[in-house]
Amino acid sequence: MPEIVVTVARFGFLILLWIFVFAVVGVIRRDLFAGGRPSRLVAAPRANLATLAGGSPGKPAKGRAAHQLVVTAGQLAGTRITLGEAQITIGRAEDSTLVITDDYASARHARLVPRGGQWFVEDLGSTNGTYLDRTKVSGPTPVPLGVPIRIGRTSLELRP
Amino acid sequence: MTAGTVKAPLAARPTRGRRNAELAMLLFGMAIVAAYGAIVEGTVLGRVTPDFWVPAAILAATFLALHLAIRFLAPYADPVLLPAVALLNGVGVGFLRRLDLSPEAGEAVRDLTVFGGVGGRQLAWTLAAVVGAIVLLAVVRDHRTVSKYAYTLCLIGIVLVMIPALLPSAYSEINGAKLWIIVGGFSIQPGEFAKIMLLSFYAYYLVRKREVLSLASKRFLGVDFPRGRDLGPVIVVWLLSLMVLVFEKDLGTSLLYFGMFVATLYVATERASWLIIGLALFFGGAFSAYYLGKLVGGPFSNFVVRAETWLDPFADAHGGGFQLTQSLLGLGTGGLFGAGPGAGQPGEIPEVHNDFIFAGMGEEIGLFGLTALLAVYLLIVVRGLRTALGVRDSFGKLVAGGLAFTLGLQLFVIIGGVSKLIPLTGQTTPFLSAGGSSLMANWLLIAVLLRISDAARAPADAAPGGVVAPPSHMHGAQTEVIRP
Repeated sequence: MPEIVVTVARFGFLILLWIFVFAVVGVIRRDLFAGGRPSRLVAAPRANLATLAGGSPGKPAKGRAAHQLVVTAGQLAGTRITLGEAQITIGRAEDSTLVITDDYASARHARLVPRGGQWFVEDLGSTNGTYLDRTKVSGPTPVPLGVPIRIGRTSLELRP
Repeated sequence: MTAGTVKAPLAARPTRGRRNAELAMLLFGMAIVAAYGAIVEGTVLGRVTPDFWVPAAILAATFLALHLAIRFLAPYADPVLLPAVALLNGVGVGFLRRLDLSPEAGEAVRDLTVFGGVGGRQLAWTLAAVVGAIVLLAVVRDHRTVSKYAYTLCLIGIVLVMIPALLPSAYSEINGAKLWIIVGGFSIQPGEFAKIMLLSFYAYYLVRKREVLSLASKRFLGVDFPRGRDLGPVIVVWLLSLMVLVFEKDLGTSLLYFGMFVATLYVATERASWLIIGLALFFGGAFSAYYLGKLVGGPFSNFVVRAETWLDPFADAHGGGFQLTQSLLGLGTGGLFGAGPGAGQPGEIPEVHNDFIFAGMGEEIGLFGLTALLAVYLLIVVRGLRTALGVRDSFGKLVAGGLAFTLGLQLFVIIGGVSKLIPLTGQTTPFLSAGGSSLMANWLLIAVLLRISDAARAPADAAPGGVVAPPSHMHGAQTEVIRP
């Protein structure tokens, strides 16, 4: 084969390898930005807390629907679940959606249920209780975005 | 060519399957493998044979089968793992074929049929390994079920590690390391498979005991030590595997098991003291083995030879330092851009198809190419750790994190070894080196990561176990900590 062809092929191969690497990084990059920043431990804005205090569930503001459930503290910190239509069960039981290994959590501790675009948290008769911010949850309670749900040492938040 | 698949509307949900991106990347990777085969033939033979594309096509068909299996069995699995590993595997097969094309002086021309020679055998092993990965994905639908068999897996793992040590040398020894089971012309390395099994056990045990391990501890010299009885089983497993491995004269694998053990413990307890204890134990052991070897010799002399070869390989360039000298010369000859695929003389390096494949490739693709391969490895490890972060149960976290770390550590041990960064210990380069056991075990490892990443990335309503699952025996098993 002519030398020029060999030379072009030789460098072309190296360039192809690197294009592959950058293409893979491109695929990952979309994941990273879509998934948000797991290291952001500062609490999200709490403007929606007023709806909680007012007692009226109200409709969530347009475009501010919750899409993710993020664990902000505890052993599963950094874990995020994309919300769908189904309820999310939380507890130590292996068949929970979110399995938390926490001394203060019950096997079936709490669940999150969507109703008309709003998520409600409900305690399932746990021993140590479920807290929405500082308030103990007694019945199904609407969960505003960015307000921590506390279960034992684990903290969860809804994020857009 | 993949830009179209990478771009997507910003508002898209993050956890779509992304299977099409995976397919595009996979085809791109296989095109690179085919191009590599063509360049090698053009350089070595002076012409490109009409069927240069056959190995690449067989590989592509194999990986496409795995891709289809993932579409059905793990639709949300990480899209990066398969193409990245497929590229490495394909380039490995290509390089081994390249060794077949230019046999060393005095050696008969090697078999060049599709499944002949070292490259052909590797191709056949790839088929078998991918079938194994598909079977694993089909059998294990939810990684949490594995934790039910943790003790069984542990037992099988220990037995697998011990078999070569107990067999007579004729059936278990290759190049001084008793790591094999040789039956006829066929040899397998059971320790490679034991890796995954032992890790599953560590993960299961540590999930149950993590609270106790990180809370109930005695403080001594500013470092927290856990109570002996909490740690007992893990230490026993580790000592047993370590003892057998020292007995089998394979330092690399024992280092790998030890690293895996310390890393899993660290991930489980989130305590830096484990890293300190682990590193101190390891360096203490290495130093004392070295000085014992100098003073006493006997079983420890092996360590001295290795350390001295590492410190100055050129002192005995035709004897003990021969391998490392040739490896360094190969890497040096390659320089920044390499001699070009097929233009080097990898035959000069001993064991080039195995331990030293990275040096052999370095001569031909240079630092530029090697860095690209290392970047691909890095991305695989990163995706493994990312899976560990994303998954919603502690067992999955520990298994994924431990496996990803083990892969990275193995790579560090062997590439550090051939480039004289650390003393050389025999290890295979994952997915590149010739060897069925290593390839098979590493593909199974990737299958486990795919399974866990599927659980991590699936939306909540599609997650396995999220809808209906029988109650598990583990309910309430974690209530071990009692506070006044």
